[in-house]
Amino acid sequence: MVKKTNNIGAVAVVGGGIAGVQSALDLADMGFKVYLLEKSPTIGGVMAQLDKTFPTNDCSMCILSPKLVDCSRHPNIELLTMTEISKIEGKPGNFTVKATQKPRYIDIEKCTSCGDCASVCPIKLPNEFEFGLSIRKAAYKPFPQAIPNAYVIDKEGDGKHRGCVECGKCVKECKAGAINHDEKPKNIKLSVGAIIIATGSTPFDPIIKPEFGYKKYPNVLTSIEFERVLSASGPFEGKIIRPSDKKPPKKIAWIHCVGSRDKQVGNEYCSAMCCMYTAKEAVIAKEHDSNIEPTVFYIDIRSFGKDFDKYIDRAKEEHGLHYVRSRISEIVEDPKTKDLIIRYEDDKDQLKEDRFNLVVLSVGLCITQARRNEIAEKLGFNVNDFGFVETNPRDPIVIKPGIFVAGSFVEPQAIPESVMQASAAAANAAALLKDARGTLVKEKKYPAERDVTQEKPRIGVFICHCGINIGGILNIDEIVKYTKNLDDVVYADANLYTCSEDTQKKIAEVIKKHNLNRLVVAACTPRTHEPLFKNSLREAGLNPHLFEMANIREQCSWVHSDKPGLATDKAKKLIEMTVAKTRLLQPICESQIPVTQKALVIGGGIAGMTSALSLANQGYEIALVEKEPFLGGYLKKISFTVDGIDVKKTLEETVEKVEKNPLIKVFTSSVLNSLNGYVGSYEAEIKTAKGIEKFNHGVTLVAIGAEEYTPNSYYYGKDLRVSTQSELEKKLSDLLPGQIHDGEVFVMIQCVESRDEKRPYCSRICCMQALKNALKIKEINPYAEVFILYRDLMTYGFLEKYYKQAREKGVMFLQYDADNKPVVHNNHSLIVKVFDPMLSQNLELPADHIILSTGLNPGNSTEHISKMLKVPVNSDGFFLEAHVKLRPVDFSTRGVFFAGNCHMPKFINESIYQAQAAAARAATILAQPSLSAEPNTAFVDEDLCSGCRLCISICPYKAIESVDEVKNGKKITHAKVNEALCMGCGTCVSACPSGAMQQKGFKDKQILAMIASVGGSE
Amino acid sequence: MNDEKKDIEKDFEPKIVGFLCNWCSYAGADLAGTSRIQYPPNIRIIRVMCSGSVDSMYILRALLEGADGVFVGGCHPGDCHYIDGNYKARRRMVLLQNILATLGLEKERVWIRWISASEGQKFADTMKEMTEAIKKLGPNPISKKWNI
Repeated sequence: MVKKTNNIGAVAVVGGGIAGVQSALDLADMGFKVYLLEKSPTIGGVMAQLDKTFPTNDCSMCILSPKLVDCSRHPNIELLTMTEISKIEGKPGNFTVKATQKPRYIDIEKCTSCGDCASVCPIKLPNEFEFGLSIRKAAYKPFPQAIPNAYVIDKEGDGKHRGCVECGKCVKECKAGAINHDEKPKNIKLSVGAIIIATGSTPFDPIIKPEFGYKKYPNVLTSIEFERVLSASGPFEGKIIRPSDKKPPKKIAWIHCVGSRDKQVGNEYCSAMCCMYTAKEAVIAKEHDSNIEPTVFYIDIRSFGKDFDKYIDRAKEEHGLHYVRSRISEIVEDPKTKDLIIRYEDDKDQLKEDRFNLVVLSVGLCITQARRNEIAEKLGFNVNDFGFVETNPRDPIVIKPGIFVAGSFVEPQAIPESVMQASAAAANAAALLKDARGTLVKEKKYPAERDVTQEKPRIGVFICHCGINIGGILNIDEIVKYTKNLDDVVYADANLYTCSEDTQKKIAEVIKKHNLNRLVVAACTPRTHEPLFKNSLREAGLNPHLFEMANIREQCSWVHSDKPGLATDKAKKLIEMTVAKTRLLQPICESQIPVTQKALVIGGGIAGMTSALSLANQGYEIALVEKEPFLGGYLKKISFTVDGIDVKKTLEETVEKVEKNPLIKVFTSSVLNSLNGYVGSYEAEIKTAKGIEKFNHGVTLVAIGAEEYTPNSYYYGKDLRVSTQSELEKKLSDLLPGQIHDGEVFVMIQCVESRDEKRPYCSRICCMQALKNALKIKEINPYAEVFILYRDLMTYGFLEKYYKQAREKGVMFLQYDADNKPVVHNNHSLIVKVFDPMLSQNLELPADHIILSTGLNPGNSTEHISKMLKVPVNSDGFFLEAHVKLRPVDFSTRGVFFAGNCHMPKFINESIYQAQAAAARAATILAQPSLSAEPNTAFVDEDLCSGCRLCISICPYKAIESVDEVKNGKKITHAKVNEALCMGCGTCVSACPSGAMQQKGFKDKQILAMIASVGGSE
Repeated sequence: MNDEKKDIEKDFEPKIVGFLCNWCSYAGADLAGTSRIQYPPNIRIIRVMCSGSVDSMYILRALLEGADGVFVGGCHPGDCHYIDGNYKARRRMVLLQNILATLGLEKERVWIRWISASEGQKFADTMKEMTEAIKKLGPNPISKKWNI
């Protein structure tokens, strides 16, 4: 059916970093065609260069790489690398994007990524992926996991070094014939309905800060360079050595805020993630080499994110990070030892110096003038004073109608924020183009599957030379001969490149000619190429799961090239083992789970309402459940904001939009009574004032918010002059000029009963609450006195400007330590005693008002919802996401999402984009009429199952239940696997004492057959 | 050490069966390949989805079939793709190693290690280390009896 619409069901995503990749994947899953434009030869962005990610110390590439591969394989995503956008014309729903694609000189379709071209290429250049810490050839692949998985020829060089000289050696060497030195630049014109800009920002180049000695002294590195030093695949293979003498450094210093919070270079903002990555780099360095003594020079430790404080605490306590609050005056080199001497002012204004073997500059992010010219100015976007693109806090990711933004192009930020914005941008684009959804996507048609279950195994084995990668080391003829003699093998032959397009055709022909019913490819790793071959099976009319790979490249020829004889023996054995398993393979029918295309949203605050509206705008029916009589949540308590959002108006407008939307059914004064089912098919019982209402839906979104913590200290509740920030805010909003008199003293205490042992987390918003109220007081009467007693001022990103504003307006900031908290004396008059480290003495502040910043606690229904939905919370009681970095709105249970303060405390704009992100993720499920279940699920042999329930307790996804049944007149109890919930880990299989539980594709007898074939002589 | 034993150690190439989880250790082994890091060719790798799915029976069967050592590789604690399968594997391995003694086998024949997808070098180093260790232990005594 062709829908009638003027909108184009395609989106251009500009920028292939993690934000662009996430937008592209979400949109493609929602049924839109995506053009992913990337300037460089590979997608991946800065995240590909990171070693680990905080606060989990996950390997960055390991979590990123699967997303990159998904992008390259998605039938709805077209990758356009080496492509730069030049112009946008048209209007929302119907844009023309013009772009230029530089020549790669290597055909992506033909390149097998064998690296033969690079091995013969005589031109050497500094490797920009390693920041020049190593060299690469002019024919190169940026990094092993690069996508597209193909080489590229650099003809431009880097200014100092020339690129390719067209010697032609690579052309002769390339057996795939992929190289074409005559390729010309291409002009590209794309018709799209919406555009997402995710071009990111650039690490600050400290060359313009000569006092740090960067590029002058070899042992001064930037933090992003140090990521490469840490990386096992980096220039020093993960050995911590310093550039000057390649010796392990003992004393390493990190310097915070290089190029951030710096008026001199025009970057008067905080880059938001440097405090945390610094701690991470120091911890990882220490893990690599326990002799390292790390010191961090800092202004504030901005650990404002979820579980960040705990990470910093661990870094200090377990890894011995030494933190020095200071300002750096200069770094000089000892020319003899190449050590570095840091001269600094400590927090007592004392000049000190210390010697280090290596210095790492924790650089922030910025938008360079070149980047400004390239994107914002060329495309006519408004930018702020710092060159980042400007958006409205109420619509935080909209640049212009139809043009959205995600990632650090809008503000310096860490990965999870970028990922949320990316999904949110996808939700916005999807809402704009909802009529055109599904109009431009490709659906592949396959021939009907042949039933092979009754046939005797007839196995075909394709053995790959992979150019010289396998064939140059292993004796392929011998292997082919050996394989031909294995039982049930009816065909075995070698190919130069089994993955090439023409071999796919050959595979289909051979399957037909020899009537094969199972296939083995002995080549590279199944982790990259398995889907390709499975696809070839489907095209030949075989079930794709009748296929296995023997990994004779990564796990054989490449790692045993020094022992070709033994390596050949090993390859034979690996193939024999794989054939043994393949013989026992059975077709797997990927069961389809139908999807009820409706969503349940729990919580009617700004996050819940935004999610509901976003999904309704995409055309889905919603039930919105709110326990209070009115919608609005925490926003009802907010009177004004620092960035001038009219909160009342925003709230009224949003509530009106929700209530008037015909697709949203609002249940106020209602709670969720029960929730049954699984992704695609939930049944909720909503308890309303009028009784129980039932609602069937496919996905569930949780946005149940948080609550202001009520303190028990500092005379709160006992003296009316002591209040919380939100109580003060309410009072201030009603005050008229003149109602605060000159000299009236407000003392604000930050982190009250917060960031301590009992509540060991930062609530992110309280520093800004204090600044907001302080600025309001100064607005009402500039002669009032405001003191803010703080530990670390968490004005991250552009919030830094309000810190500056407050200082300019005369707000006094006094820093205190956690082990030396302010004390309040109440003897008719209130006196706050605080230790001032700068003066090294106690100050006594007589106060008319004391305001306590207490932060937020998880909402009181969190525990109830957590149990009902079987979703986890962290140790602080906030909901726990599936992955801190890359799945920041997903629960690990498929089909359940969350947004807003119930995840962790956050600002209004952050709640808005997170809510849109949750809507996008939910829509990737709702857009499908049915879902494919994980193929390698577990299943139960009911006759063998004793009903012991061991598997039920061990299953991490609660996918197994116990079922009572009457069979042949006998009552039996057995386990039952819910295929929709099973993720295919196989843990239940190994726990099952009776062998009743089996995993498809990894059955006991298949694994045992592999084990059995290991034995015997080789 | 007598001469005979020395000779056995010199010529003896142990057979090691490895169960590697799809998400971390198998990927780590792949990275050793991509990085061309050399290690002894004694391991026969079987890919499983999670180290938590490695049944004790697989390990015992491998030893009965004549393997001289068994290696289990999983994600680092906290990194498991399936939340906590690696913890379950660890618990199981500890118990199994205790049982091995009753079979007259050294518990050092069964190794469990955490190797992430980025630790190609660690995978190769572990293979070198394990091959050396099993060489020192000598051939699997059960497999010898089996051959009678």
